[in-house]
Amino acid sequence: MRRYPLPVVVSLAWLVLVALATLLAAWLPMQDPTKQSLLNMLAPPSLERWFGADSLGRDVFSRTIHGFRISFAVSFGAAAVGLVFGGALGICAGYFRGWSERMILIGVNIVLAFPPLVLIIAMVAYPGEALLKVVLALGIVYIPTVTRVARANTLLFSEKEFVTAARAAGMSDARLIVRELLPNLVPVLLTYFLLLVAVGVLAEAGLSYLGLSVPPPVPTLGQMMASEQANALEAPHAIFFPAGMLFLTIFALNLVGEEVQRRIDDRAGTA
Amino acid sequence: MRRWLWSVAGVVGTLLAVSVISFLLVALLPGDVAVLILADSATPERVAALREQMGLDQPLHIRYLQWLGNVLSGDLGRAIHSGEATLDVILSRLPVTLELILLTQIVALGVAMPFGIWSAYRRGSSIDTATLVGCLALLSTPAFVVGLFLIYIFALNLQWLPATGFVPLHEGVGANLQGFVLPVVSLALIEVPVYLRLLRSEMIGTLQQNFIALARGMGLPTWRILLENALRPSSLNLITVVGINMGRLMGGAIIIEQMFALPGVGQLLVQSIYQQEYLMTQGIVLFVATMFIIINLLTDLVYALVDPRLQRDGGH
Repeated sequence: MRRYPLPVVVSLAWLVLVALATLLAAWLPMQDPTKQSLLNMLAPPSLERWFGADSLGRDVFSRTIHGFRISFAVSFGAAAVGLVFGGALGICAGYFRGWSERMILIGVNIVLAFPPLVLIIAMVAYPGEALLKVVLALGIVYIPTVTRVARANTLLFSEKEFVTAARAAGMSDARLIVRELLPNLVPVLLTYFLLLVAVGVLAEAGLSYLGLSVPPPVPTLGQMMASEQANALEAPHAIFFPAGMLFLTIFALNLVGEEVQRRIDDRAGTA
Repeated sequence: MRRWLWSVAGVVGTLLAVSVISFLLVALLPGDVAVLILADSATPERVAALREQMGLDQPLHIRYLQWLGNVLSGDLGRAIHSGEATLDVILSRLPVTLELILLTQIVALGVAMPFGIWSAYRRGSSIDTATLVGCLALLSTPAFVVGLFLIYIFALNLQWLPATGFVPLHEGVGANLQGFVLPVVSLALIEVPVYLRLLRSEMIGTLQQNFIALARGMGLPTWRILLENALRPSSLNLITVVGINMGRLMGGAIIIEQMFALPGVGQLLVQSIYQQEYLMTQGIVLFVATMFIIINLLTDLVYALVDPRLQRDGGH
C-alpha cells in the first residue's frame, strides 16, 4: 500500500473537522446564527467572535458552520440522486443493450443539450420546497455523466470471464447484476462521489449567491457573501472568512477525490 | 454523405426534444398556469385573455404544436410586466454575453497555453508541480468568489477598475473594455486549470511520439518543436472543450453577469426568475439551449477541419 501524501492527510483531517462541526453544530458552544445584535454590527474578528459579525451583528463563524449544513445536505443528496439513478440507467444500458440502451442514451443527450447551470436554475425557479428542488435539480444534472461512466464500465465487465461464466451457469439477469456487476461497479462510481460532492458544494454556493437556494433566515454560504458584498470595504471578514472556508473545503474534497481516483486507477491498471 | 444526414437528423431531433422540455417547463407549472404567470396583475379578464391566448383549454399536444409554430416564426412570447417581445429583449442582451465569452476564452487560452506547454515540457519539475497545485486551487474556487476578491482589491481598495457600470461598445471601446476586465478575469481564471491540464496531458503524449524525436534529432530549436510540431496535434481535445465552454457560458455567465451588473443574457435569466416571468424564462432557456447545440455543432466542424486524420478521410 502506497503511503498517503501529506496534503491528502491534511485535507482529510480538515474535512473530518468541518463535517463534525456541521453535524454537531446544534450542540457546540456557538452563538445562534440568526441572532441579531445592533451593538456588534460589523464587529471585527476577536477571540470571542472568531470570524467577526455581519451587518446585522450576527456571528459569522456560527453562520458559516450552519451554512455548510445546507452545502453538505445539497451536495450529498444530489450526488446520491445522481449516482443511484445514473448508475441504474448506465447498468441497464450497458447490460441489456438494444432499445433500452438507445432510449437511455437519447435521454442522456437531451439533458446534455442544456447548459447545466441554465437547466438547474430553470428547475429551481419552480414553486416548491427549496432544499428539495436544489437537490433534485443538481442530481438530475449529474445523471448523464454517471450514466455514461456506469455504462462504459458495465460494457467492460460484461465481457469478462466471470460474467460469461455466471451467465453460462444459468444465473438470472437480476442476480447477475446484483451479485457480479454491482460489486465491481460500486468502487468505480464511488470515486466520482467525492468529486460530485465538491461540484455540489460549489454549485450550491453559486445558487445561494443568486438567492435561489434555501431562503433566509437559514444561513447559506453564497447568500452570506451576497448580502455582505456592499460592506466589503469596512468588513471584509464577513465575506472572506466564509469564502476561505468554502475554498479550503472544496480544495480538500478535490485533493482527496483525485487521490482516491488515482488509487482506483492504479489498482485497475495492476489487476 | 449518409453520415452527414444522420448528424443533421440528430441535431434536429435534439432541438425538438429541447423544445418539448422548454414547453413543459411552463406547461407543468403547478396550479392555474395563467394565474401563476400573471401573478399580481391577475384580474379575471386578463386571466381569461391569457388562457385564450395560450390555448389552455386545449389538449397538451395541440398547445405544444401551436407554441412550436409561434417559436419557429420567431415569437418567443412577451414579458408580462413590460410587454416587450422576449426574442427582442434576448437579442438586445446578446452582444454583451458574446463579448464576455470571447474575451474570456482569449484570456483563458492566453494564460493556459504557455503554462500548459511549458509544464508538459518540464514535466515533474517544480514549475510543473506548482502549476498543477495552482490548477487544483483554481478548480476549487467558485468564479463568484474570485469576482468578490477582485472587486475588493481592484475596485474598492485600489480603485483602478469599476466593479459595475457597464458602458456599451458604441459609447467608447476603452470604457467598455474597462468594465469587462474584472468579470473576464473572474471567469477566465476558472477555465484556465481545465484547459491547462488538458493541454498538458495531451502534450506529454505528443512529446513521446517518434516525429518529435525526429525533429529533435534534426536539431530544431525547442520552441519551434513545441509550437510548430507538438501544439497542433495536442490541441484537438482542447478545441472541443473550448467549444463546450463557450456554449456553456451562453447562459453560464449568469452569476458573474449578475455580480458585475453586465446586462447580458445570463442576467436577464436571473431577473426573469426573480420577477417570476415564467414565459420569459422559458424563452431564454430555449434560446440558450439552441445556441448551445449550435455552438457544439460548429465545434465539431472546426475539429474536423483541424484534425489531419479526418481531413484525409473527408478528402475523397
